[in-house]
Amino acid sequence: MIETAIHPGLLVIAAGLALPFLRGGPRAAVALAAPLAAAALVLFVPEGSHWQAEYLGLPIAPYAVDRLSRLFALVFAVMAFGGALFALNNASRLEMPAAFVYAGSAIGATFAGDLLTLFAFWELMAIGSTLVVWSAGTPAAWAASRRYLAVHLFGGVLLLAGIAGHVGATGSTLFVRFALDSTAHWLILAAFLVNAGAPPLSAWVADTYPEASWSGTVFLSAFTTKTAVYVLLRGFPGTELLVWVGLWMVFYGIVFALLENDMRRILAYSIVNQVGFMVAGVGLGTEMALNGAAAHAFTHILYKALLLMSAGAVLHATGRRKCSELGGLFRTMPLTTVCGTIGALAISSFPLTSGFVSKSMISQAAADLHLAAVWLALAAASAGVFLHAGIKFPWFVFFQTDSGLRPPDPPLNMRLAMLVFAALCVGLGVVYRPLYDLLPYPADYAPYTGAHVVAQLQLLLFSGLAFFVMLPMLRRTPTITLDTDWFYRRAAPAFWRAVESAARARAASLADFLRRPAARAYGWVVRHHGADGSLARTRTTGDMALWVAVLLAAYLLVSYL
Amino acid sequence: MIAGQLPALVVVVPLAAAPLVVLVRRPVAAFAIATAACAFSFFAALLLAAEVAGAGPISYALGSWPPPWGIEYRVDAFNAFVLVLVSGAATVVAPYGWRAVAAEVRRDQLYLYHATFCLCVAGLLGMAITGDAFNLFVFMEIASLASYILIALGRDRRALLAAYQYLILGTIGATFYVIGVGLLYLVTGTLNIADMAARLPAVPDLRPVLAALAFVTVGVSLKLALFPLHFWLPNAYAYAPSAVSAFLSATATKVSVYVLLRFYFGVFGLPLVVETLPMPQILLALSIVAIVSASLVALWQTDLKRLFAYSSVAQIGYITLGIGMASREGLTAAVVHLFNHGVTKGALFLLVGGVALRAGGAGFASLRGLARAMPLTALGITLAGLSLIGVPGTAGFVSKWYLVIGAIEAGRWWLAALVVATSLIAVGYVWRFVEAAYLAEPGPATPARGEASPVMLAPAWLLVAACLWFGFDTSFTVTSARRAAALLLGGAP
Repeated sequence: MIETAIHPGLLVIAAGLALPFLRGGPRAAVALAAPLAAAALVLFVPEGSHWQAEYLGLPIAPYAVDRLSRLFALVFAVMAFGGALFALNNASRLEMPAAFVYAGSAIGATFAGDLLTLFAFWELMAIGSTLVVWSAGTPAAWAASRRYLAVHLFGGVLLLAGIAGHVGATGSTLFVRFALDSTAHWLILAAFLVNAGAPPLSAWVADTYPEASWSGTVFLSAFTTKTAVYVLLRGFPGTELLVWVGLWMVFYGIVFALLENDMRRILAYSIVNQVGFMVAGVGLGTEMALNGAAAHAFTHILYKALLLMSAGAVLHATGRRKCSELGGLFRTMPLTTVCGTIGALAISSFPLTSGFVSKSMISQAAADLHLAAVWLALAAASAGVFLHAGIKFPWFVFFQTDSGLRPPDPPLNMRLAMLVFAALCVGLGVVYRPLYDLLPYPADYAPYTGAHVVAQLQLLLFSGLAFFVMLPMLRRTPTITLDTDWFYRRAAPAFWRAVESAARARAASLADFLRRPAARAYGWVVRHHGADGSLARTRTTGDMALWVAVLLAAYLLVSYL
Repeated sequence: MIAGQLPALVVVVPLAAAPLVVLVRRPVAAFAIATAACAFSFFAALLLAAEVAGAGPISYALGSWPPPWGIEYRVDAFNAFVLVLVSGAATVVAPYGWRAVAAEVRRDQLYLYHATFCLCVAGLLGMAITGDAFNLFVFMEIASLASYILIALGRDRRALLAAYQYLILGTIGATFYVIGVGLLYLVTGTLNIADMAARLPAVPDLRPVLAALAFVTVGVSLKLALFPLHFWLPNAYAYAPSAVSAFLSATATKVSVYVLLRFYFGVFGLPLVVETLPMPQILLALSIVAIVSASLVALWQTDLKRLFAYSSVAQIGYITLGIGMASREGLTAAVVHLFNHGVTKGALFLLVGGVALRAGGAGFASLRGLARAMPLTALGITLAGLSLIGVPGTAGFVSKWYLVIGAIEAGRWWLAALVVATSLIAVGYVWRFVEAAYLAEPGPATPARGEASPVMLAPAWLLVAACLWFGFDTSFTVTSARRAAALLLGGAP
């Protein structure tokens, strides 16, 4: 049985490790064949736990397959293929191998039936993705990768402590559903949420992803946050806290994306926003909601990759990232424009695109549960998504006023990658049954009812109208910075700013209060531990002997007390 | 016939090799004899470990004088494990010395290096295998004197000062140890460790025993470089020849940890150490300071050898932390980490030695752009560095896992958090290397393109591979450590 003998994640990792030694045709062949082979394995491997092993005296299940893990592993493999196709002409020797290790460990994490395997792949993912950011080779990317690694290692520390606590308490390493009844389980949840980009550490997403190379960001957008959604689906379905965390992320993403000028940062904020929908779906916890979260993760990976591919193509061609420096590119980059627009329509859940068939399930689940506030918030957020990603991104990059740039469409491999993903985005929107059949629970949901379509179209048309009505105001602020009279900031939830400013004021006074002692403490650490610090200097022999005497005296004293 | 004599041979062969080397003198022959002796000891240690695992402890009466009158060599699950570590490290380092030491030591002194290396190996193996407290002192002195000489052979003139300081402090440590043993002899009338343990509970006056405990603790703590008795270590490791740094960091402190464990749990006994005295608490406090403080110091070091030396002090803190938990999981963690850290640090020092040889030093200036000049060395240091941090899939993770489990089982969440959080400091200092080697542009001090000699690279990579291997297959390390922990806590052997 070849499909149970070969682990698709390890296959992709192995391919990644082989890539640095290959050139030209063989390199391309391996880079494209390995993810496809992995996808085939994922599709055909039967359900069940295939490898039984023991690690640290505990039974582990490194290759456990069920409907949920198959769905995520499949889209990860597809994503690895698309990313590799798009990145084929990137000269970096490091990026693609690192991305394959990253993608392979994401697949490995989804097939992890036990927590130790999950942790191992979790850490490997952090290392792989850091290397992807690194390989952009700019000082900004190096600095960002450092911050990124710090956040993820912190998450890893939380996860390891939580896993150890869970194993210590139950004696089992199996990755099961957790209840929030112990410190260990809270730690595990916190670690998952760090990777999902949840508050208070959401900032790492938009901080790091845009600093990767034009092709690196495409890889990055897919794996880390969606693996987090997967483990939340498996470990914490129906945890109410997640509904509110998810909604927070949804609005956080919208507000910051609307304020942003860098096209890839807009899309990075929009990742947080989209993952927020999924996290909220996990929190709702009904079969419909979980199906919706899983399906939305699936479609989101595809259209977000497509959007970032089009942004990457623009960056590749022009070397510019800021919306205010771009515009009018549709004249010479028609294909990129079309594909980017398809991605934008999909993220806005336009009917006949993949976003429509997945996101509406989450809203429907909220409606079925009669959670009016949640439903309303999700509906408002859908309008917000259309504003920031659906219109703002393509409008400012491809249309708007002419920037005078006349770059051509990107090379063939990049065009092909965009076409494949655009076809998937439209295809899944039209022929959605195959996707529904892959979902963890039976899906008898019908997306294309009159009510659904009309409601969504109304939402989109009115927010689109709002955008274009306000265009004159936009023209006056060509550099999109923090400008108070900008309509969307006022239309965006006002409470957000209130909360923000209140928190900031509180934080400022607190920071002042803490800063001086903190600076003093840091100074103390450096004074004593620095290269010439008292603890690092070469001591005289007498000094050392003195310490011996002190310690002996202390021990004797303790003994005789 | 020979098999029955293995416990003696494992020590005697390297011991006898030393004078033989001095007689032959020719570097090639000296090297061959020393390497063969180490390899033999390794082979013998493996056989002993296998036998002990199958048939239980072996008692060997030296000169056929039955214990407790004669000197007994006693091999059990714990010291068989230590024997494997020491002789294994010696067997890996010995061939490395062929090129590395030849470059650092005057040619007419080469045979002296090989002779003292054999003595050091014999001394450390003797410390581990002997069942006699005074015989242990003798071997401790053999190993220590040999290591002072080995450190003093370093090219840097500061090596002399480092060796001198180590000599003074090592002598104080050994003296304290022997004072402690003397006090024990006073009250029990025996020097055999097992016999001592059997007679101690019947001793009416506890005072000399407590004094003995204090002296042995401080003496051995000095040898194993427990904070704040570690000040001799960084210079000794930094200025010694690379092969010596690697060998000593992998073995010397580890054998001292073994002695401490043997005395705490095999002589004084758990009730005295844990219940009568707050030894675990003191050990825990010192370990935590060692971990945090030495890791922070490592963070700011400007020389890679010194950086790893300070990291050794921190890692020893993890080992003593496990001892301080005084529980089954804690001791398992301590024993596993003793082995895993030996392998990891051995690999690191061997690789850094290659850099120091090519660049004339291991300062951070010469590490800039190292990944381009010496890609295999840089990759090896990074991988072993991952094990130092405790990334899953490496040996370091296994030790850290048991430490965390031990802390959680004792209900000490804060300790578990501390263990995982301090590994972030290790990330910091390993990252400094990665940043210099992979991100910085080569500077004037960067060595020219070209790896270290394969004779040096192969042993180093063998240990790097071991770091990864023992991260996946834990059957040898963890099983041995569990047996050792059970043995120490008085369970089944």
